[in-house]
Amino acid sequence: MTFLPEASSFAGRVDGLFYAMLGLSTVVVLGVFTTMLVFAIRFRRGRHVDRSGESHRELGIEMVWTLVPFAMFLAIFVWSIRLWIVMRTPPANASTIHVVGKQWMWEFEHPDGQREIDTLHVATGQPIRLVMISQDVIHDVSIPAFRVKQDVLPGRYTQLWFTPTRTGTYNLFCAEYCGTDHSRMGGVVVVQTPAGHARWLASHASGSLADQGRMLFTRFGCAGCHDAGSSVHAPRLDGLYGSTVPLADGRQVLADERYLHDAITLPGSEVAAGYAPLMPSYKDRIDEADILALVAYLKVRGTDREIPHAAR
Amino acid sequence: MQPAEHVPPSYLTDGNTLRSWLATHDHKRIAILYAVSITFFFFLGGIAAALMRLELATPAGDVMSAETYNKTFTFHGVVMVWFFLIPSIPATLGNFLLPMMIGARDVAFPRLNLFSWYLYVTGGVFTVACLLLGGVDTGWTFYTPFSTMFSNSHVMLTVVGVFVVGFSSILTGLNFIVTIHTMRTTGMNWFRMPLFVWSMYGVSLVMMLATPVLAMTLALIAAERLLGIGIFDPALGGDPLLFQHFFWFYSHPAVYIMVLPAMGVVSELITASVRRKIFGYHFMVYSIIGIAVIGFLVWGHHMFVAGQSMYASIVFSILSFIIAVPSAIKVFNWTATLYKGDIAFGAPMIYALGFVGLFMLGGLTGLFLAATALDVNLTDTYFVVAHFHYIMVGGAVMAYLGGIHFWWPKITGRMYSEAWARFAAILMFLGFNLTFFPQFLAGAEGMPRRYHSYPSEYGLLNVLSSAGSVLLAASYLLPIGYFLWSLRFGERASNDPWGVEGLEWTTPSPPPTHNFDVPPVVTDGPYAYKHP
Amino acid sequence: MNASAPRTAEQFDDAAQQRDAATLGMWAFLATEVLFFGVLFAAYTVCRVLWPDAFASASRHTDLTLGGIETGVLLTSSFTVALAIRDVQLGGRRLAVFLLCSTAALGVAFLVIHGLEYYDDYKAAVIPGIRYEEVGGLASQQRLFFFLYYVTTAFHGLHVAIGVALLLVMAVRTRQGDFCPESHTSLEVTALYWHLVDIVWIFVFPLYYQVGRA
Repeated sequence: MTFLPEASSFAGRVDGLFYAMLGLSTVVVLGVFTTMLVFAIRFRRGRHVDRSGESHRELGIEMVWTLVPFAMFLAIFVWSIRLWIVMRTPPANASTIHVVGKQWMWEFEHPDGQREIDTLHVATGQPIRLVMISQDVIHDVSIPAFRVKQDVLPGRYTQLWFTPTRTGTYNLFCAEYCGTDHSRMGGVVVVQTPAGHARWLASHASGSLADQGRMLFTRFGCAGCHDAGSSVHAPRLDGLYGSTVPLADGRQVLADERYLHDAITLPGSEVAAGYAPLMPSYKDRIDEADILALVAYLKVRGTDREIPHAAR
Repeated sequence: MQPAEHVPPSYLTDGNTLRSWLATHDHKRIAILYAVSITFFFFLGGIAAALMRLELATPAGDVMSAETYNKTFTFHGVVMVWFFLIPSIPATLGNFLLPMMIGARDVAFPRLNLFSWYLYVTGGVFTVACLLLGGVDTGWTFYTPFSTMFSNSHVMLTVVGVFVVGFSSILTGLNFIVTIHTMRTTGMNWFRMPLFVWSMYGVSLVMMLATPVLAMTLALIAAERLLGIGIFDPALGGDPLLFQHFFWFYSHPAVYIMVLPAMGVVSELITASVRRKIFGYHFMVYSIIGIAVIGFLVWGHHMFVAGQSMYASIVFSILSFIIAVPSAIKVFNWTATLYKGDIAFGAPMIYALGFVGLFMLGGLTGLFLAATALDVNLTDTYFVVAHFHYIMVGGAVMAYLGGIHFWWPKITGRMYSEAWARFAAILMFLGFNLTFFPQFLAGAEGMPRRYHSYPSEYGLLNVLSSAGSVLLAASYLLPIGYFLWSLRFGERASNDPWGVEGLEWTTPSPPPTHNFDVPPVVTDGPYAYKHP
Repeated sequence: MNASAPRTAEQFDDAAQQRDAATLGMWAFLATEVLFFGVLFAAYTVCRVLWPDAFASASRHTDLTLGGIETGVLLTSSFTVALAIRDVQLGGRRLAVFLLCSTAALGVAFLVIHGLEYYDDYKAAVIPGIRYEEVGGLASQQRLFFFLYYVTTAFHGLHVAIGVALLLVMAVRTRQGDFCPESHTSLEVTALYWHLVDIVWIFVFPLYYQVGRA
């Protein structure tokens, strides 16, 4: 890559595979072109040269050029898959940044509540996991300098992760065609030193995402049914995140981010056992950014992290 | 035509009225009807491509608005894929040559054949109507929920157009399958069929079995737009990835609809120019069938970053590597066929060698995209654009033009200007590489596709690409000139002006309406050249 | 092929080749039909996996009795069309005409019963896009079920209607004596098509009417 920096922990490994395949392809192309050129010159029409005889060793030759490429392809496949599994598996210490895509802008929400639009600040050395959702059509977060790309779907969380390794400002593109201003739906990723990033976070502090979620929980009237004192028979939500929920149809689901999201937008789809499907859908009443805040709040509700500043 | 000259009766002289053309059942005349109509669409799509290269010559979006640009690339994709590439070789060269190559008087269902052309034209009318009314901006892939709930452009018209033209493709495939199975002449057993006929067999299977999936999926999109119900829309409980699965279940095999016939043509061109039996005939046949069958199992490699499960992607990745093996076999066999050949470098051979080279680059870059870890960075960038243009334009269009040159004397009974044809072929090769090679580089550097404006660091590569597109456009216009000239002034062609094997060269040029006065009897395999 | 003596179209060498071509052509066409319906069945499967409860409760809206009668009618019609061919093969004519007309009548009966079902659905307001008044937590997912139900059964109904038309044409031609024991390809091909219509229903019926009733 001539002007595309390697700015993430696995960018170098991706490029290694790229150059290996480039080398292999060059060898194949040169080999075939040279052979063709030699034959083309040697056996051109009008030249007196021995053209007699037919090949009787076709099968052997065919097997060679069937099996050798096959073995090579298999080797590349294994190499690529091993790397790809790394690229798809975020480390446990990754810090989560929520991303909402909508025509035609990106919203980022840091764990401590800092919100940004079309610009994302991260620190070198800190693994970042982006948890992404779209509010309308399919978008795609692409950061070429990190060698990452992932479609952002409506109604479903997708994720990607990276560890920035070099400070600087890098392009962020929407890479899935999403309508008129697709080519302007982008921005930059600013990679800072850890100290610089800490300063940036401090100067942009607002209430944490979970705090915003708690306010929304009250504002949207969730508390009316789901609080302990409520007269409505609705599930208690304390410590729900990460637990296994038995459903009315006998299945069990893990209460992860997807479950919490769908429980707000499509409450009828996975009704907890023992409860009537009373809850209305909030799909058109809450936007995805607020759902993210609510989910962030539900993740800490009833745990000792619920009121972070008091607990520490 | 000079009145003094005696013109023997042929399919061209069998009726001169418009009606004798528009109501013909002759596979050769239907081929001509297709040739004229796909040429029209090729230039229509080409104009769209030229406008895009004009816009992309500078980083800023200054020639047209973003909306217009989006409609332009959508129109380019829809027209080039469904109205040019998919019918190109099968419907013209295939229609013209397939019955002759197996020694038949016509295809099995001539009326159905004509009906297919009318379906094609009807689909085309819808698409052109859509353009005139303001166009469509979904991209040729119609991804949901953008196409179902968000786009305000003429999605319905386009969807109907493509739906209708899909039936044309299904019926052509069905016709060819039945023709090859039941209409072979005495002695023409399966392993005496020319590779072009085998490639038509493979492509017909794909057309028949993949296109219904597209048609039904488009019908569901139309129903969603009309009724506001969302099988493919998550906001209504559906799944957008389901659409992508259905779409690519058709559209990946569709790539093989474009390139398998090209491979068949190139096998004919190379053997004829080398005057030698194809190396590894049986392996060539197995690889055609292998590509047609495995082609149905690799669609998920378009969805590595779409949110598909990691395990599905692993399976699709390995299958995508496997399908490269038969393609590699073909390239090696073409090369080996040159050995001890008697090689002439006429325009058809230049096109054929151009095809092999460009197809190889397109195929090898396909391996980059099959490797999941690289695909993450390369997919949805200009690397993909360059890759599939190497296969479809560098591959399929080169082969199509090579085939048109090679069989031109048979189709029209006239010779073309060899010098001009060679010049155009070489210009095309150079222009093509100048247009699309820089796009590999831009894509590897991360430039996303379908961008109306782009960061300035990609500027130089795009200038090169736009410059190349001028050469490429010139090389596409040139043949129109010398072919028209040849129709009027070209030297008359003998039955077999190239001195090559094949049943189609045993009848007069142009052939009589029923191809053969006496049904030919086949006693040997194809490409039975005498090796000294 | 419309004279009493079998005539061969000009592109064919002989009647046997023509017969092979017509039969293979129909089989090839049926293969494409399987893929048309395959998309709908695949969409059904995916949506059902996504929303098992909604699909189970929505399928209880379908009318098992009427659906059962429709199944019986279609199966009987496949039997009568097979008997018609048998009669032509044995050199018969009048019985074959009667059987073909019965098959067509059964096809019409199927369409009429299905029309009744649609009418009931209209009264119950479960026709998405036209009259849909389901409420409750599962309403939007149930709509997917009804949508697929309508697309599938309407597409199938279209095939039945085309089949009825073809059967009537075949009945007329049989009456005119177009077919003889040695040559009745069009009739066979029509019967093949009719069997496909039947087989598709064999999949539609359990998927949309029976699954989820337990």
